Amino acid sequence: MKFKVNGHEVFASTGGRPFDKKKPLIIFVHGSGLTHMTWVLQTRYFAFHGYNALAVDLPGHGLSSGKSLKSIEEMADWVRSVIDAVGHKEASLVGHSQGCLVTVECTSRYPDKIKTLSLMGGAGAIPMNPELLSLAENNDPKAVDLMMDWAHGPAGHFGGHPVPGLYHINTGTMLAKSRTIQNTLGVDFRACDNYKNGFEAAKKIKCPTLSILATDDKMCPVKEGKKLASLIDGSQVDIIDNCGHMMLLEEADRVLTVLKKFITTNYPPLSS
Amino acid sequence: MSDKKKELKPNTYKFDTLSLHAGYQPHKNAGSRQVPIYQTTSYLFDDVDHAAALFNLERGGHIYSRISNPTVGVLEERVASLEGGTAALATSSGMSAIFLTVMTLCEAGDHLVVSSQLYGGTVNLFRLTLPKFGIKCTFVKPRDTEGFKKAIQKNTKGIFGELVGNPGNEIMNMPEIAKIAHDAGIPLMVDATYQTPYLCKPFEHGADIVIHSLTKWMAGHGSSMAGILIEGGKFDWMQNDKFPTMTKPYEGYHGLSFAEEFGPTAFTMKARAEGMRDFGPCLSPQNAWNVLQGIETLSVRMKKHCSNAEEMVKYLSNHESVAWVSHPSAPNHPDAELANKLLPNGKGSMIAFGIKGGKDAGVAFINNVKLASHLANVGDTRTLVIHPASGTHSQMDEATLKFAGLSHDMIRLSVGIEDIDDIKNDFEIGFRAARKPRLVSNQ
Repeated sequence: MKFKVNGHEVFASTGGRPFDKKKPLIIFVHGSGLTHMTWVLQTRYFAFHGYNALAVDLPGHGLSSGKSLKSIEEMADWVRSVIDAVGHKEASLVGHSQGCLVTVECTSRYPDKIKTLSLMGGAGAIPMNPELLSLAENNDPKAVDLMMDWAHGPAGHFGGHPVPGLYHINTGTMLAKSRTIQNTLGVDFRACDNYKNGFEAAKKIKCPTLSILATDDKMCPVKEGKKLASLIDGSQVDIIDNCGHMMLLEEADRVLTVLKKFITTNYPPLSS
Repeated sequence: MSDKKKELKPNTYKFDTLSLHAGYQPHKNAGSRQVPIYQTTSYLFDDVDHAAALFNLERGGHIYSRISNPTVGVLEERVASLEGGTAALATSSGMSAIFLTVMTLCEAGDHLVVSSQLYGGTVNLFRLTLPKFGIKCTFVKPRDTEGFKKAIQKNTKGIFGELVGNPGNEIMNMPEIAKIAHDAGIPLMVDATYQTPYLCKPFEHGADIVIHSLTKWMAGHGSSMAGILIEGGKFDWMQNDKFPTMTKPYEGYHGLSFAEEFGPTAFTMKARAEGMRDFGPCLSPQNAWNVLQGIETLSVRMKKHCSNAEEMVKYLSNHESVAWVSHPSAPNHPDAELANKLLPNGKGSMIAFGIKGGKDAGVAFINNVKLASHLANVGDTRTLVIHPASGTHSQMDEATLKFAGLSHDMIRLSVGIEDIDDIKNDFEIGFRAARKPRLVSNQ
């Protein structure tokens, strides 16, 4: 569906079901340089089971217009505006990687609006490798290739996509190259590198929170994810073996099973 | 110790490694080192919720082997990885892959621009069968790049061609034709069977959909029929209103828009969800496994195919019984420069040559070679020969044969990986027999 936030058109996938204001809202926030499509193996379940599942394209990404937002704080405010723009008072948030920084910051800023928080491959800070940052800011496609290499675990490098016929690494590469690299990945990496408030923001979070981490995640290692989770009261942690940073694709079923249980328990669907 | 900072390099697996490993994780398959053959029609659902989730495309998995199968899935991922594509869909043959591609792209009333130099079966599909579905085609000679542009109409939905035409070895200027297609907002579909991804990756030169008859060099051993379509993932289906079945809500899947939901894999998802469901040209798991065995040695075989082919080009070019030779490695080939650009790892192993003495000499040659097999296939490990005008392209009338670049003296040769001296010796037997009737008739 399309709607406007701050005068710019936003695209969000609704998981293949019509948006229905009566249903509780879950907003999925993608990682650096990526799009709503990374969530396809999570959103469709929720969309078919009593929720409005809204996988947004951040401004300047995917099918959304406008320029990419330059800071995690701006993105957090933007997510809050999405809740208002679609006519809801509250939402559950799900973030991946950079999306975790955004949703942590958003939840700490707007505690009354956010009912649950689910973090995948999250950390309190994501400092960037300076060379990778420079490549992305200089529009070098090698930045995408490096990101896809590091984002997939050893098993993920062989493929084994849960959807028959799809090949992880090339699909991710196409998503990250679908817009100008320096305007998406470059801006996002800089925003991640600049963001320093993650641990402080985490301390303010009181809503039910889940962290899904993966043993072979090189980009946000388990140690960092646990550190963040330890600062959030009552945070649940689930660790997936033999999986990298792209857990939402590499181990889509496992992620969905954990996410389903957490969200339906803490933020029940509209019963049919 | 050096102070020099190490340059960052992606460590994703390279071609030869992907040929052996892509798409398969042993630890998820009882540790089986070899890809298991899932010889089954269907798959247990955990519960009703799980079944509904699979039917609604909420999660990945298998329902029924007409739609997908785990062994076939490994093959699909492996070929997608080798081509640099986002997704692939394997079918029962190369022809069914072409048909499925067209039916995923087009509706009745649509039009395609098609290269005229194609495998005879493909010509008949585009010329005679697709019009029965309301899809019309305009044929353009592969070297007539500007002709592709001129043939585009308002209702044109794509351009289709074989990168190196069968059997005349004329090469399409793929980068230029891709640009023409993209300027018109339509995709370029390339049948790259002759090349395999070892010789050319069409996505790097602008193609949007690549098709293979896997039966040929990919499987390589003449044992199994299979086809595949691969998606490049770059084509923007939403850039115009030409592709409503990709972009508008689809009644067959609860109002799903394939382009919005699946982006760089939308075409393959639609081909599977709609095409495999409704037409059902599924690949058997046994054949998928056979093709996988072939792909494991693809680069090794292709090197030998190409080196043998280059030797045969030299041999034939200097032979008294040969009127002409066409192969992209020949220095006098009209597309030699383009071939060097598009086919840097080798020019393939398909040679067309004209035998002096015309059709009768051709028949005598084919009837007398002993090592080379006379049959309707290409890309076997063994050397194959055929006389296209009386075999693969025999259903064409005289005018169509001429337009497709075929002549009655043409022999199509698919060079195998036997010892090169044995192939040449065998050809000497054939040529001697081919000269014999002429010697007799000259007396």
